[in-house]
Amino acid sequence: MKEIYLGVDVGSVSTNIVAMDSNKNIVDTLYIRTKGKPIEALKMAFMQIKDRLQRDIEVLGVGTTGSGRHLAAIMLGADIVKNEITAHGVAALNIVPDVKTIIEIGGQDSKIILLRDGIVYDFAMNTVCAAGTGSFLDRQAERLGIPIEEFGTLALKSKSPVRIAGRCAVFAESDMIHKQQLGHNQEDIINGLCEAMARNYLNNLGKGKEIKPPVIFQGGVAANIGIKRAFEKILGCNIIVPKYANVMGAIGACLLAKDEVANTGKTKFLGLDIADSSFNVKSFECERCPNMCEVVEFYRDKKLVARWGDKCGSWGNIQVTQDNEKLA
Amino acid sequence: MKITFPHIGNSYIPIKALFDDLGVETIVPPKCSKKTLELGTKYAPELICLPLKINLGNYLESIEKGADTIVITGGCGPCRFGYYSEVQKEILKDLGYDVDIVVLEAPEGDRGEFLRRVSKIANTRNIIKIGRSLKNSITVLKKLNRFEEMVLKKRPYEINENQIDNLYDRLIKNLEASRGSKEMTEHLNKALKIIEEVPLDKNRDVLKIGLVGEIYTVIEDFSNLDIGKKLNKMGVEVHKSLSTGEWISEMLIYRSLGLSKEVKIWEAAKPYIKTCIGGHARETVGNTVLYSKKGYDGVIQLMPFTCMPEIVSMSLMPSIQAENDIPILSLIIDEMTGEGGYLTRLEAFVDLLRNRKEKGQYAEKLS
Repeated sequence: MKEIYLGVDVGSVSTNIVAMDSNKNIVDTLYIRTKGKPIEALKMAFMQIKDRLQRDIEVLGVGTTGSGRHLAAIMLGADIVKNEITAHGVAALNIVPDVKTIIEIGGQDSKIILLRDGIVYDFAMNTVCAAGTGSFLDRQAERLGIPIEEFGTLALKSKSPVRIAGRCAVFAESDMIHKQQLGHNQEDIINGLCEAMARNYLNNLGKGKEIKPPVIFQGGVAANIGIKRAFEKILGCNIIVPKYANVMGAIGACLLAKDEVANTGKTKFLGLDIADSSFNVKSFECERCPNMCEVVEFYRDKKLVARWGDKCGSWGNIQVTQDNEKLA
Repeated sequence: MKITFPHIGNSYIPIKALFDDLGVETIVPPKCSKKTLELGTKYAPELICLPLKINLGNYLESIEKGADTIVITGGCGPCRFGYYSEVQKEILKDLGYDVDIVVLEAPEGDRGEFLRRVSKIANTRNIIKIGRSLKNSITVLKKLNRFEEMVLKKRPYEINENQIDNLYDRLIKNLEASRGSKEMTEHLNKALKIIEEVPLDKNRDVLKIGLVGEIYTVIEDFSNLDIGKKLNKMGVEVHKSLSTGEWISEMLIYRSLGLSKEVKIWEAAKPYIKTCIGGHARETVGNTVLYSKKGYDGVIQLMPFTCMPEIVSMSLMPSIQAENDIPILSLIIDEMTGEGGYLTRLEAFVDLLRNRKEKGQYAEKLS
């Protein structure tokens, strides 16, 4: 019987699962697209991971992170629910113990995390602006008609870079179209986009922050070698892209779950069979006050297990006990 | 005459006390809600700061309930707040509302005009009566501020969950049902006594965070997504650097005597900002430095999107953070109602502070 811990990162673009053994060796990783349906994505991911892991495993603990962490925690019965920043920090520290800077670029947000003496010292996070995120690159790759996986290698082929305005996704796009029409090479334009993105990131998030090596680059965009090179060029130092760069959040959640279970002694995990459970969400607009909160009700196998979304707490605070499960 | 006014925190209670004592009818705007914000956003200029939008929503909801006179504070404040009354007047006029707007300020130092405006809304020329009512309502305000401060301080330690919240809710209900400062003061005295005796677990490992920034977003919990309560729930004691009570006494008493209680804050801000640059930028910086000296674990700066003074102080935060060794998180607030992004930042910030504190404790034990 193999003992494992599971880390789950439900992000806006991807849903990732990592299985780790008690010696912190990574047994398996899974990366699938969320496609705006976190519940289905997570179910799908669990079906796959259940098939892939051998039957004789025992899950000792589960941690969740990412913007869908609370939802995932209710679905799975997680031992710990942690924000992405802490999870990414923990994972990076585990791989490069003296890491001082983490550059994390995901699908919908980007973060910079500064660490000193093995703890998170400062961080900044960007969510409102799309210019510095993976979905912007995704869209531009689509516009250029090249698969996102080849984006980075193409950028490396560039010989004379083209400067593209990186401050805002809208400006960048019109600037790019303009440069295209002038007849610039596709490689040069792609490289220009990579550099614009790195520049925008550093101007936005890195402003006033002391970026010291070792620098780790993680998140989905870290797979893009063109962006990595752009960062190296601007920062003038080597950048480490860890082997599991795209699932670092999930690795962090795993490590945190391991610590948590070591404290509590027992996991709250509901079992791998949750992949076969049915999950339903109903929502309604509460009419008790002018806030008109959209209250969400979450059902597992037709049983109401949680409510959230209300400002005042009069729905969310109701302990969903056996009795009102029957009522619902 | 039915008077209404914009919301800022719980200040509607002492304002009501004041007009109750003067015998003037008031219409308290409905509590700020999504509807308030929607109304305000619909009619306000798009890029104006959030407080104006909420104010405007308050007026519209009050007018719907029958208000015909709006009382606001003015002052040629060196930030956009100075234009609030004029912009709001024009918007309401364009919408076709026939309401009287009384701005409490002395235009170009004209004290006679100020008194004329005061006696108009007070419905009396009796200065002594006005003075006495004002004094009594300031007592209500101060006691209420004191209670709010205790809630933010004690909530993370409470042994019986929700006890303080329930006490707070009950107090507000009682105050809303009361008329006049005398009745309100009695309720407040009772509540202040009860909250002193709420059983607390002082052994809990609780962090301390100070809130600084733009005054409206610091005080009005609807605009800041009730950040104080959220932090309390994460095991953090919270102190707000600004309160309506202090603002009023600063404006009414100290400044008019040529004194200021804020000299200490300004002194602390001096290495970074030497003069008033508008809004509360200097106070934000000064209070941050003072919090670090008082042993707080961290500071959170709040501001509405496009707030000029706070953007200036935000750009100073990295050096303040490094030189005073205190982590600072800046949160910019706009009309978003999705709380996810804020919660992530708050949780990460609290994790950061907790790890720093633990690390410090280990280092102490080792040395």
